[in-house]
Amino acid sequence: MRRVVITGAGTINALAQDVPGTLAAFREGRCGIGPLEFRDVDRLSIRIGAQVRGWDPEAHFNRQEIALYDRFTQFALHAAREAVAQSGLSFRDDRLAYRAGVVMGTAAGGMTTWDENYRTVFEEGKNRVHPFVVPKLMNNAAASHISMTFGMMGPSFSVSTACASSNHAMGLAFHIVRAGAADAMLTGGSEAMLCFGGIKAWEGLRVMSRDGCRPFSADRNGMVQGEGAAVFVFEEYEHARARGAEILAEVVGFAMTSDAGDIVMPSKQGAARAMAGALRDAGLPRDAVGYINAHGTGTTANDKTESAAVAEVFGQHADALMISSTKSMHGHLIGGTGAVELLACIMALRDGVIAPTVGYREADPECALDVVPNEAREAEVDVVLSNAFAFGGLNAVLALRRA
Amino acid sequence: MSETVRDRVIAIIAEQAVLDPAQVTDDMSLADLGIDSLGLVEAIFGIEEALDISVPFNANDPADSGFDVSSVGTIIAAVEGLVADQKGGDAQA
Repeated sequence: MRRVVITGAGTINALAQDVPGTLAAFREGRCGIGPLEFRDVDRLSIRIGAQVRGWDPEAHFNRQEIALYDRFTQFALHAAREAVAQSGLSFRDDRLAYRAGVVMGTAAGGMTTWDENYRTVFEEGKNRVHPFVVPKLMNNAAASHISMTFGMMGPSFSVSTACASSNHAMGLAFHIVRAGAADAMLTGGSEAMLCFGGIKAWEGLRVMSRDGCRPFSADRNGMVQGEGAAVFVFEEYEHARARGAEILAEVVGFAMTSDAGDIVMPSKQGAARAMAGALRDAGLPRDAVGYINAHGTGTTANDKTESAAVAEVFGQHADALMISSTKSMHGHLIGGTGAVELLACIMALRDGVIAPTVGYREADPECALDVVPNEAREAEVDVVLSNAFAFGGLNAVLALRRA
Repeated sequence: MSETVRDRVIAIIAEQAVLDPAQVTDDMSLADLGIDSLGLVEAIFGIEEALDISVPFNANDPADSGFDVSSVGTIIAAVEGLVADQKGGDAQA
């Protein structure tokens, strides 16, 4: 069986505009959530989020590029550049170009472009919109622009499964490399939903917190949205070894399940089957897992259901492993969230540092696990899981092992 | 004869439960009516739209919202209170 390793990582999120800055924030337990700043925010009842601040597109892209790149594409390209630079790979003038592709997750794609242009035609009553609206807003724009930027001509597409988009994307990229359909893939996710229409839609569901994201804490009262992207280079192991690449971690297992239940309420069984399935795929025993990066949204329903699923899958070992939700720091990036969270998994394996669940104030008997409250912890772990459980009951769990 | 807040709220709950308004009584809980969390959120939206009020309700923590959803009767009372507060005491919607 071909093995798949990670040889590059890149990100931009509310904590930092690169990987080293993000990992430093994880170690410090820094929270990137604050007051939202965008047009018409005063008409919202939810006014906090983990927004990327100080982002200057013109420092990274030329005028023609900016005309074509929605904010979610800009984030994806920024993260992809960092990942490719770290990997040392070049896809130009090389056989590799045909053996390399892109799978990117996003839930809303070019939401900001939709929002701005609906405003133009509905509110301002204009009858003409910019000619690039469609290529900017389409969900595959980020994947396509990454393939174009780096000249990757193998299998490329986008995946949209709400909050599990990134994990589904990375799992499929893993499958593609493992199956031999490509030797290297850029994969991850990107989201930029922090605009008036984006938050107004979420407000309606009444699951957003007005004051903070406190996963697993008894006083949690909802999720807080974030934005940004993370992109990784998934490479076939022998290919990476032959060129002497630095290996950040190995992707060893992946599983997907569907609850076939409720459109918004999570299911313990669906989550448990996904975690158990990822370990089965990896051929690893359950007690090998030292850390789980939780889905941990900070909603009442998710956190207690996820805790119950972990208890069911791991039995007594559930008390020995660590589980944390980094959404407490970078917010819920929806379709990009699993990708940013994979950075915490890599940090655990490589650096022996477990990112904390910040904002934790009060133990909840329904979430009686070691959630690494408020402060990062040093610990040697060999195997980690990354959970993602989406609206619609679509679950995707990745298993990683220390390189 | 103008419709009372009570009539409007019962009509919205009945529609959500797929029942005749006459079948909905004050002592019934949402579970009795077969209304799940998504149905409740939709019913509250319906009440806000029909009565032009804002209902403080967090689906994560219904008990802490100050909007008692334990039965049809408590919902009606809470909505009447909100109408009084927000619409200057006019209980006729």
